[in-house]
Amino acid sequence: MTETAKAITSECPETLEERPAIPAGRETIFEERKDQIHRIGEGEFAMACNRDSLAGAVSQRACVFCGSRVVLYPIADALHLVHGPIGCAAYTWDIRGALSSGPELHRLSFSTDLQELDVVFGGEKKLAKALDELIPRYGPKAAFVYSTCIVGLIGDDLAAVCRAAAKRHGIPVIPVQSEGFKGNKREGYLAACKAMRTLVGTGDTSGISKLSVNIMGDFNLAGETWIIKDYLTRMGVEVVAGITGDGRVDSLRRAHGAGLNLVQCSGSTQDLARMMREDFGIPFLRVSWIGIEDVAESLYAVAEHFELTQPELAGNIVERTAELVRAELAVLMPQLKSLRRDLEGKKAAVYVGGSFKAFSLVKAFRHLGMEVVIVGSQTGTEEDYRELAAICAPGTIVVDDANPLELSAFLKEKDVDIFVGGVKERPIAFKLGVGFCDHNHERKIALEGFVGMLNFAKEVHASVLSPIWRFVPRRNLHNSPMNAGEEA
Amino acid sequence: MLLRHTPKEITERSALVINPAKTCQPIGAMYAALGIHGCLPHSHGSQGCCAYHRSALTKHYKEPISAATSSFTEGASVFGGQANLLQAIENIFTVYEPEVIAVHTTCLSETIGDDIKQIRDKAEKSGVVPGGKHVIYCNTPSYIGSHVTGFSNMVKGMTEIAESTGRKNGKVNVIPGWVEPSDMEELKRLAVLMNVPITLFPDTSGVLNGPLSGEFKMFPEGGVTMKELREAGDALGTLALGEWCSADAARSLDTRCKVPCRVLDMPFGLKATDRFVDALRTIAGTSVPEEITRERGQLVDMISDSHQYFYQKKVALFGDPDQLISMTEFLVSIDMWPMHLVTGTPGKKFEKRINELTAHLPYEVNVQAGGDMFLLHQWIKNEPVDLLMGNTYGKYIARDEDLPFLRWGFPILDRVGHQYFPTVGYKGGLRLLEKILSLLLDRKDRDDSETVFELTL
Repeated sequence: MTETAKAITSECPETLEERPAIPAGRETIFEERKDQIHRIGEGEFAMACNRDSLAGAVSQRACVFCGSRVVLYPIADALHLVHGPIGCAAYTWDIRGALSSGPELHRLSFSTDLQELDVVFGGEKKLAKALDELIPRYGPKAAFVYSTCIVGLIGDDLAAVCRAAAKRHGIPVIPVQSEGFKGNKREGYLAACKAMRTLVGTGDTSGISKLSVNIMGDFNLAGETWIIKDYLTRMGVEVVAGITGDGRVDSLRRAHGAGLNLVQCSGSTQDLARMMREDFGIPFLRVSWIGIEDVAESLYAVAEHFELTQPELAGNIVERTAELVRAELAVLMPQLKSLRRDLEGKKAAVYVGGSFKAFSLVKAFRHLGMEVVIVGSQTGTEEDYRELAAICAPGTIVVDDANPLELSAFLKEKDVDIFVGGVKERPIAFKLGVGFCDHNHERKIALEGFVGMLNFAKEVHASVLSPIWRFVPRRNLHNSPMNAGEEA
Repeated sequence: MLLRHTPKEITERSALVINPAKTCQPIGAMYAALGIHGCLPHSHGSQGCCAYHRSALTKHYKEPISAATSSFTEGASVFGGQANLLQAIENIFTVYEPEVIAVHTTCLSETIGDDIKQIRDKAEKSGVVPGGKHVIYCNTPSYIGSHVTGFSNMVKGMTEIAESTGRKNGKVNVIPGWVEPSDMEELKRLAVLMNVPITLFPDTSGVLNGPLSGEFKMFPEGGVTMKELREAGDALGTLALGEWCSADAARSLDTRCKVPCRVLDMPFGLKATDRFVDALRTIAGTSVPEEITRERGQLVDMISDSHQYFYQKKVALFGDPDQLISMTEFLVSIDMWPMHLVTGTPGKKFEKRINELTAHLPYEVNVQAGGDMFLLHQWIKNEPVDLLMGNTYGKYIARDEDLPFLRWGFPILDRVGHQYFPTVGYKGGLRLLEKILSLLLDRKDRDDSETVFELTL
């Protein structure tokens, strides 16, 4: 047996060959992946992260193109042209509910649909032609042209084609260097930030208040950007650009006029915030719009920032913020309390794309009286996980880039009541008879802000307490048919 | 929403697709591979491809979809993916323990020129493939054909397992094409009724429509076994359902193992099901049982009961060639008028078949192979219809044009039922009719004035 084949841990000494069915314990972990999993309280904290997935892994991760596409996609008045074979465009057609208050050009799917001959002779001419057909037809404010694996290989000069098209049509035509094989989503976020950076600083900033922000790393899923924008407006803070929630090309162009960048979602837009700090001297705050403390803290941080830097303009901004938070909590807390009564003591697992969300969710679950016993993400850093481990209870499993077998083994071991994850995790949870809440891009209900906390609690409540789980054979241990009958 | 973006005037487009009516090959290969028992599909390419395909299949079936990836990096893209694939095969057999790995390629690995057969042989020689386990493969370059081509290629890849011992085993191979698990179940039921032993491949029933068991099974109960695939070489004959999905595999069996084949249309609707039942009867030398005759009679009965509502209703359809051909025939047979047909999959043969099926109708049908949803929408704007049929992506057009919309095809991302209720066979025909009729009559009830609104229809 090779090194790779020793896929067992010390707790589970049987070899895989001796096990007839699907391995059900910790032995479902690759030897190489053991340092991507940590159990709090068991040994020193150490995690290897941001590592390429193992070949052969059933990874839940995606590619560079996917990262770029999800970040840029909500810019609603831009043309998004995918230069590659049809699949890359087909799978990202209206992929998430990033709402727009106006134009909806982003919800269409445009592809150069590269064919064999294009791969042999190059796709530059086709791309140029596609841009010539699309730009006059839709009159977009800018065009993003996404590179895919194949384009990186055949060596189309995307930048040159875009430059020429920009000249012909008089709008920015921006290449996004998102060849899929260059890494995972993180590299895609960076490529998207670089693409957006070419727009930032090209617009007129006159009339923008010094008391102003850009909302970054929020994609207006189910209208979430609007919720945050409303809070900020009530605090007296102007929102210059949603980057990219309810995004517009012109607002990106003038985003450098904002006094402060608010960065949510650690990976996706932080690179742009860094560039804007360097090039325009705009400071940024890392915020989270999920959960009670995190939303309140984020709003207070904004208030305090402006109180410090713009005392005259800011006036009593901290007081205004406190009032806002008080008013929101007065509505939220009583409703939360009644939901909490049913949820007290239940257990949750969290496996999300970015680790920022994991933090907020751990805290959010506390408000429901629930404990997070498994927490992980596709793209967290070691620092992220260290901080996560610090706020979770001993015994909690911290995992990076998990596969379905691991997830299923953990869910059973910890006997969780609800799994928070994305589209590929949903049926795994359901097969195990575990409740589910989609906190990734396919969520249909706003989960940000104070109102989002209530929506979240309702979703968790609905799924955890669903009577369907009484019919799950595995759970009969806990709910014998007789008990279920009595309760019903 | 799309309304504002879709002009009525149709202009020539040569370099781009707007709102595709197809996707790329690998997802078809992945779906087909899931129809083998104990099979882990493997995507030889970047992580994203695998993630997208798994997501799309998960959303359509609402079942866990497991598939592995070679996780290409920049290095692999420069130096070739052999090392990745070898490591992947070893890792997969070690940890996930499938019976078989079904490798398909991607545009990336195709373009760098990885020779999958050579890598597979090397893996077998070097002992990373445990005894009794298998690696099958097919090439699925994303820049050729469509998801349908990828499906067909993987099914053809399966036939390479078949061996001929020279002695016929009395079974009939049925290659169902890209239909739902429920359809595959229905085909097996019909064969049982006919008392014809069949090997159905691929067979996703029991894999992608499984029960909630309380366990996560990476490899559920269903699927054609490797043993059955091996024995397919000794079958009496092969019925390939659908020229696009199934013919290549059937012909390969014919060439390699001398198993004679017939290529039929997919058995959607009355006539195509008649032909399927008859072919099965002929090849196995049995007779059609009373039960099936009764089911057929019920379908004819339902058509007669409602024919006045179908009369000259205009339909726009989009989807995959094999399905559209049978559906067009069915619609015409119940007096409906297919007006506009789009498939994203290239192939002029499709247009020819549709034109033949509709030749006698008193209007010119719009048909396009290699078309897209944008074109379909423009056609509908120019010549409105009473019903739209196709996958979930049709919902934008249905909403914009306020059309009754029947979800049928792949993918269906926003409704359930396709996993459980077949649309093939006579029973499937009943279900299709029920759905069509409900849509038409719901619309009539909605739109009728109070004066003519009636209790009994």
